[in-house]
Amino acid sequence: MIDKNNKKEKEPEKEDKIPQKKPKKINEFVYFASRNTKLKVGLSVVLFFLLVAIIGPFFTDYKWNAYIGPISQPPSSEYWLGTTTFGQDVYTQFVEGLRASFIVGIIGGGIATIIGIIIGFTAGYRGGMVDEVLNIITNIVLVIPTFALLLIIAAYLKVRGILMESVFIGFTAWPWAARAIRAQTFSLRSREFVDLARISGMKPYKIIFTEIAPNMMSYLLMTFILQFGGAILIATTLDFIGLGPTNAISLGLMMNYAVLWGALEFGNWWWFVPPGLAIMLIVGSLYIMNVGLDEVFNPKLREM
Amino acid sequence: MSLQIKNLVVYYQTLSGYVKALDDVTLSIRDGEIMGLAGESGCGKTTLGNSLIRLEPPMKYIKGDVELDGEKLPIWNSSQMNVFRFKKISIIPQYAMNALNPTIKIGKLISELLSSRKFNYKKIKPELERRLDLVELTHDVLSMYPIELSGGMKQRMVLVLSTLLDPSLLIADEITSALDVSTQKAVAEMLVEFRNRKIVKSMIVITHDISILYQIADSILVMYAGKLAEKASTDVMINTPRHPYTKLLISSLPKVGVRYAEKKLSGIPGNTPLLLDPPIGCRFRDRCPVAFDRCFKEPPFIEIEKDHYIACWKECI
Amino acid sequence: MKRYFGRKIVIYLSTFFLAVTVDWAIPRLMPGDPVMNLLSRVSVRAEAAEAMYGYYTKAFGLDIPVWKQYINFWIALFHGDLGTSVYLFPQKVVDVIIMAVPYSIALLVPAILLSFYAGNKFGAFAARTKILDNTLLPVGYLLTATPYMWLGILLAWSLGIVAGIFPTAGAYDFNMAPSFSWPFIFSLIKHWFLPFLSLFLVQFGGWAIGMRNMIIYELESDYSHYLESLGAPRSLIRKYAYRNALLPQITGLALQLGVIVAGSLVTEVVFSYPGLGSLILSAIQNKDYFLIQGCFLFIIIGVLIANFFIDIAYIIIDPRTRLGMAGE
Repeated sequence: MIDKNNKKEKEPEKEDKIPQKKPKKINEFVYFASRNTKLKVGLSVVLFFLLVAIIGPFFTDYKWNAYIGPISQPPSSEYWLGTTTFGQDVYTQFVEGLRASFIVGIIGGGIATIIGIIIGFTAGYRGGMVDEVLNIITNIVLVIPTFALLLIIAAYLKVRGILMESVFIGFTAWPWAARAIRAQTFSLRSREFVDLARISGMKPYKIIFTEIAPNMMSYLLMTFILQFGGAILIATTLDFIGLGPTNAISLGLMMNYAVLWGALEFGNWWWFVPPGLAIMLIVGSLYIMNVGLDEVFNPKLREM
Repeated sequence: MSLQIKNLVVYYQTLSGYVKALDDVTLSIRDGEIMGLAGESGCGKTTLGNSLIRLEPPMKYIKGDVELDGEKLPIWNSSQMNVFRFKKISIIPQYAMNALNPTIKIGKLISELLSSRKFNYKKIKPELERRLDLVELTHDVLSMYPIELSGGMKQRMVLVLSTLLDPSLLIADEITSALDVSTQKAVAEMLVEFRNRKIVKSMIVITHDISILYQIADSILVMYAGKLAEKASTDVMINTPRHPYTKLLISSLPKVGVRYAEKKLSGIPGNTPLLLDPPIGCRFRDRCPVAFDRCFKEPPFIEIEKDHYIACWKECI
Repeated sequence: MKRYFGRKIVIYLSTFFLAVTVDWAIPRLMPGDPVMNLLSRVSVRAEAAEAMYGYYTKAFGLDIPVWKQYINFWIALFHGDLGTSVYLFPQKVVDVIIMAVPYSIALLVPAILLSFYAGNKFGAFAARTKILDNTLLPVGYLLTATPYMWLGILLAWSLGIVAGIFPTAGAYDFNMAPSFSWPFIFSLIKHWFLPFLSLFLVQFGGWAIGMRNMIIYELESDYSHYLESLGAPRSLIRKYAYRNALLPQITGLALQLGVIVAGSLVTEVVFSYPGLGSLILSAIQNKDYFLIQGCFLFIIIGVLIANFFIDIAYIIIDPRTRLGMAGE
């Protein structure tokens, strides 16, 4: 036989990419990333809101809960996003709420991704009994509606902060990530280079971090992005139903107050439009960014 | 002549430019001929097979003509090709193991496929069952899902389905490479049987495993880096190959009765050139042991003896 | 199939067991006397407070050993006793919830089924249609990223308050008494429509993009290419691809249920629709923990039942699960 490995014939286009070395590969990603409209648009929107969340609060002298002036004022040069029915400054609430959303996204999404990675890698790499047990645990947490669980926990806490909310969300949102990462690890585990590492006596955790994880970097990044968006949405839901932070403002709480205190009836659109719009744009851009990243990392999806 | 290909050029479109996977291919296959198509990975043999039946992006038709039984095939136009597919020209793809829709019973798949092509499943069914007997599959497979079949069974099922409408030309792409040796032989013999019974007029059997071709092929065509290198009858190719690449390829085959330890396989040193920007002249030049000045010009693919074609300056002087 | 179902039932039972245990444990894990915790923040008349304190001390049974409390909790549960509501004292929690559940189901079930159907069809249609793919898919991503309550607020404000076409609160006109008459049914539908629409739209976006992404993989799969090689028409190839792409979508539905339920709860709040969501909001505002616990259990049971139906649907469509050869 000519080809001892009995490999299937590869398409020539793939053939010419094999000899390329690592640095060249990164350049290739940068090249495709810079050409990808979805990625560029998504990233710009997210960065824009991140910027607003970071520097926005420096442009206001008020506290989010201070009654600072006339009630139910539409946006003006004085009050950039108008005032609430109590005379609070909507702009202040908005930029503070935006900060809260990013904190929840990073911490909640981050914790969920890390737990997902640990469980997914362990289950996928070890297989067998460990996998079976972790799988059942994952499925149980998956079936329980996260929201209901948070509902009952949050309801009993007298004081709730954004950090605590983020941590709770992180601890309940991981199963989806765990499942996806497990499946990926499973398919990588049987690949030649992992076999090689195993035969050469490398320790399992070392194989996971030096052989498997680098090959899944793009996948892990995309998992985090999705978890980030998901955490923001969960937090908004919790806040809206009255289980949000008791000592801070958030975009969900803004909508909650707006509905409870007659913003719809009085037509105070400036109170309830910005928070929802911001969430939709941030999370939607994250999703679109993800599709863009998928195209960058996955040559099959690139448009010719 | 069953199949005639003239100056066929098919490239792959990539962001970095065209990959010249199939360059200026001219060849013909007689009625009843089983032609083996061999070469290393990436030499363009699968591209040639696919071009004849399913030329989809990123593959791009550049030029050339293909005639089957005197009719011109519109290979560049997928919807016009549909008339010929399955009826006149058919394929057993490389991925035959996954070629059947996993969520539908095989009989139902065949029935729906046939009626979508305006054939009557009921009328064809008796013949279908005879063909199943021929490849030693029970009739039960029709009421089974693909995952209930073993790899070899799926391969035979695809063989039966692909040839159900008695196509003039069958392209069999690497159909033996995923099978164990004894099944390989059985499947190869079935191909010959299908030709002998005139179910299929002629065949192109694509493989990287020349020993299989030795058993079943009438002629062998060797490709190198998107170009034709040599074509001749199987005996001539095995015993007196003329192209330096073919010589190396044949000599790297294990001989029957020779144990590996006694005679080390001589692999061919060097790598196939990148087809994105192939070298001018003979593409085998860099690896060729007998290359000389003239090889910087492209050698033509010409007939040096009856039915023996070759593209090498050394051999056609 | 037995193995498949066996696993699922183990998961469902453990989930239920865990949920009930959480439900029982949380008030007891909080620092201090749970009964005092419960009642300290409720403002009722003094004599009522005393009666309630007596009642809840007995209900919690704090004077007996912990394991007995736990067993009693299960026994009460099987008798359909979830305690008595604090803010609607002396109504039973179960009765209060049973009144609200039909409204929630009337919103959720049609919204889930219709959006799943329409979203998948649309996603399959948009895939590989260049114009739709580039224009409407971003819309799909934005829809699925829209917080449920915000779309509800926008619809209530624009179509309800500004345009005045639809009512924005309640399940039927306040001055009507429930009856089987056309005006009443019409009023029900009118009140139902906007919350339904906002649930439908958000989910529709999600299913459409999900299907679009799935079907592209299916159309590039080996079996699709083989059918193309055999000259099968596009319609047949797409039919198979759609069917196979539907499988991960069904799994997705099971995974999304919790989020969808949460979405419907907040949507109810926006429209003051008298389902579980509005009930939970009132319970939270009135610190009625018995009611919250009851709603929690109801939601979990509902989601488990829905999961079970989805499993059955999956088995019907995917022969591999029937043959016991695929894992999930």
